Amino acid sequence: MNVRLYVWQRATAAIMAPLVLVHIAVIFYAARRGLSASDVLARTRGSIAWAAFYGLFVAAVSIHAAIGLRNVLHEWSPLTERRAGFCAIGFGLLLAALGIRAVAAVVLP
Amino acid sequence: MQNKRENARPQGAAARMHSELSVSLWRGGEHGRYETYGVPQRESQTVLDVVTFVQRHIDPTLSYRFACRVGICGSCAMTVNGKPRWTCRTHVAKVAHGGRLEIGPLENLPVIKDLATDMRAFFEKWQQAKGVFAPTKSRHEAIMPIRPDTPARIAADAAIECINCGVCYSACDTVRWNADYLGPAALTRAWTLINDERDGGNTARLQAISGSGGCHACHSHQSCQQLCPQSLNPTAAIAGLKRRSAAAYLKGEITA
Repeated sequence: MNVRLYVWQRATAAIMAPLVLVHIAVIFYAARRGLSASDVLARTRGSIAWAAFYGLFVAAVSIHAAIGLRNVLHEWSPLTERRAGFCAIGFGLLLAALGIRAVAAVVLP
Repeated sequence: MQNKRENARPQGAAARMHSELSVSLWRGGEHGRYETYGVPQRESQTVLDVVTFVQRHIDPTLSYRFACRVGICGSCAMTVNGKPRWTCRTHVAKVAHGGRLEIGPLENLPVIKDLATDMRAFFEKWQQAKGVFAPTKSRHEAIMPIRPDTPARIAADAAIECINCGVCYSACDTVRWNADYLGPAALTRAWTLINDERDGGNTARLQAISGSGGCHACHSHQSCQQLCPQSLNPTAAIAGLKRRSAAAYLKGEITA
């Protein structure tokens, strides 16, 4: 891992730390209040705040996990660093696509 | 397996002998094997004493490397019962469980023969990490006074006693997984020089240790710190390098 990837991975980790705490708090809130799926969707649909919150979360996770996977593949598989990088980019794009799809499902009206 | 216990008892040694150690030594090159020898156990005996006994009294073709025998030169490191150690300062009584010793060459380095490894990669990485002092003054200028109590000098002094034995390099998981990784010793040397206010090569040094095999590849497993015979802390030095490198990158002083 070079310094550019190191900075990106640390920066995305710093972004994710508070987002994870809020995400867990939201899960506890929804579970303890006994909110149904329609109750949750009523709160999230059309909400720019939730779209921004989980959109940022998805972006940070996609970058962070892809860099981590690149390191694992480079160190633990026969792949060269370049090929490990391509695999990691593919994995990051997949995570981003799945995440954006999930965010869209709960925030689009 | 080759057992030469009968040859292992020099005349006159029986009176000092408490018992016999079962010593497995790596013989051959990369695809060699362990062979077992019987060596008399003595008080205050070091692992290097055991290896030397085998060479002097059992098999003179045994190859290994040593020089000072007192923990100064850093040339006698080997893998002892699975862990890299400097053999001249490792007492048999502390590591021989049940009277058994398994002594092999350092890991993460090519084996030349028996217990001797090819350490060129280890020293070449020192050069790659810009581990050479870059002077800022000539011999004609006055010697720069250095205060020993500044934070930078304390950080430089903390790692300056490295003797290049290769124990940390052999113990490092990241070196095992990433052949390009510079390793704890080279990076610790870079950290020493970065904190040396007389040195003028820091930008080039930070650039050298910020690539894919540089300090950011370290996983902080801390085997180097645990096994360093000089009780140095390469993990802390590498953590310092990570901070300095990231700061230099964000300021645009170095590139990725």
